[in-house]
Amino acid sequence: MANYEPWSEDRARGVIADHANIEGAGLPVLHALQEVFGCVPMAAEPLVASALNISRAEVHGIVTFYHEFRRTAPGRHVLRVCRAEACQAVGADAVGAHVRSSLAVDWHETSADGAVTLEPVFCLGLCATGPSALLDGKPVGRLNAAKVDRMLETLS
Amino acid sequence: MTRIFIPRDVAALALGADDVAAALAGHAEIVRTGSRGLFWLEPMIEVETPEGRIAYGPVEVSDVAALLADGLLTGAARHLRLGVPEQIPFLARQTRLTFARCGIVDPLSLDDYRAHGGFEGLDKARVLGPVETIATMLASGLRGRGGAGFPTGIKWKTVAEAKGARKFIVCNADEGDSGTFADRMLLEGDPFSLIEGMAIAALAVGASKGYVYTRSEYPHGIDTFDKALVIARAAGILGADFDIEQRVGAGAYVCGEETSLLESLEGRRGQVRAKPPLPAHKGLFGCPTVINNLVTLATVPCILRDGAPAYQAIGMGRSRGTMPIQLAGNIRHGGLFECGFGVTLGELVNDIGGGTLSGEPIRAVQVGGPLGAYFPPDLFDTPFDYEAFAAKDGLIGHGGVVVFDDTVDMARMARFAMEFCTVESCGKCTPCRIGSVRGVETVDKILAGQNVDANLELLRDLCHTMKFGSLCALGGFIPYPVLSAMNYFPEDFRPAQRLAAE
Repeated sequence: MANYEPWSEDRARGVIADHANIEGAGLPVLHALQEVFGCVPMAAEPLVASALNISRAEVHGIVTFYHEFRRTAPGRHVLRVCRAEACQAVGADAVGAHVRSSLAVDWHETSADGAVTLEPVFCLGLCATGPSALLDGKPVGRLNAAKVDRMLETLS
Repeated sequence: MTRIFIPRDVAALALGADDVAAALAGHAEIVRTGSRGLFWLEPMIEVETPEGRIAYGPVEVSDVAALLADGLLTGAARHLRLGVPEQIPFLARQTRLTFARCGIVDPLSLDDYRAHGGFEGLDKARVLGPVETIATMLASGLRGRGGAGFPTGIKWKTVAEAKGARKFIVCNADEGDSGTFADRMLLEGDPFSLIEGMAIAALAVGASKGYVYTRSEYPHGIDTFDKALVIARAAGILGADFDIEQRVGAGAYVCGEETSLLESLEGRRGQVRAKPPLPAHKGLFGCPTVINNLVTLATVPCILRDGAPAYQAIGMGRSRGTMPIQLAGNIRHGGLFECGFGVTLGELVNDIGGGTLSGEPIRAVQVGGPLGAYFPPDLFDTPFDYEAFAAKDGLIGHGGVVVFDDTVDMARMARFAMEFCTVESCGKCTPCRIGSVRGVETVDKILAGQNVDANLELLRDLCHTMKFGSLCALGGFIPYPVLSAMNYFPEDFRPAQRLAAE
């Protein structure tokens, strides 16, 4: 479970400055922001643009191109469930449906109590032990409905 | 104290390896390794005995107390005992060159790496010099393991001869294909092999800087490789003439395409570049760049060490050497199987893989990731070889083999391929960006029984446009899964008839 900091322009400027001077700084800067704030908020875009000497439109284009950059901070836990073919072959569709109904969310959404954000992922490289997921970065294999229930029970 | 080797490969962690390690701590000296790649046996632990290592698996934390009581530490315990790991048929049948150390060594121990032949390739390259090193790569017949199969030696020669203020070695570790995990296993289990391979490439072409672009979905691999870089710098292996930096992707499948990856490394949207210019002439930051897949680079050291003839002697046709094949999906014995080219698809999924995990008959096998064709059992005699798969309108890609049993609905898989393309298209070219959206709509109409004949013809025509009109392999190869599903499983696209038959 990650503890993200609330948005702070000063903090963001510091984070950006730490990475802005390397070659091809775009992704490293955005990753660093998301690590601190749990997302790359809109308010960060002009700061990144100014530090990297590119237009805000260009920054917006980069942030929105990559699936992993969130625009709002996630819930207290992030559950990333694989939806790719190898996991589909062993029932990932049913697991995904069960998670969505259990949490009463769709993909990319956070449960009403703010506990869990559900994100789809296309392959974790755990293709012989699926269906697979990462819960707060921890890998879980051979998922089924019962295992999902036990896993979700532990989250608050 | 007896040493017990326990994988820290993510697949082993997903099945509880950390809990097993915690339960054994205090009873033995625990060494964490990569995985041998026998995933149905994970967590597979190995006890060091005077007679060599003895493997046990799959070990659950609830098994530990009984195993200890029965003599686990001397290899005497019978329960879950697999014996000498190298004699397990799945391993005994392999030719492990690229994966020779994976699962055996502590991935972050330079002593282990050296004790298992590490850095002998780099030493050899230093003696040979750039020209002879490239000649060795050319003679080995090694082709790009990312999927395109371009001869590595030719790529290196082009970069060596190109003029540039700076030159780069870029490792493509954006292993996005479902059913593949070879790059991940090496990052986690033998990271120094990649460092050595990149150092050899740098020496051969005159590069001073290397980048490894790793997908963000591999947090454990990223962490291990970063640690390996720190160790290699401290030991003076990196830093003076050549250094490596790891960069992390952000969930875009298309960044596995080499020009898109370079755009991403430069900090932009991962949009595909038109070729020419080739990356070998104008690659990263406009400089001559070797961009190779991780498995390709990690294979370089053993080729230099053992010589080109030894590597070239393995394989079939123009596919030389070994391929780390990844058996995945609904398969009983899933894992990493490295062998010479030429093994047939049927041997892989039936003899070696043991058929489906569910026990139902195999209906389809997708080879080469989301852009690979679905092969029915009728094509199981196809040998694993770049040209043989291409001749049957398929591809071997990065070596992923995903098995489906007879519950799979192939029209839905065709729809998924198109849907995947809508999500992952970089948007630069129209056939891929618009074509994939139209593809999803057309499959939906077919599934709803609307003008099925006309829409099937339209879908075929659309695939033709995407195949020949797209800028890169994403839009260009998505027709492979779609057309193969239509050609080999036509009944799934006729829902009305299917219902009537039932």
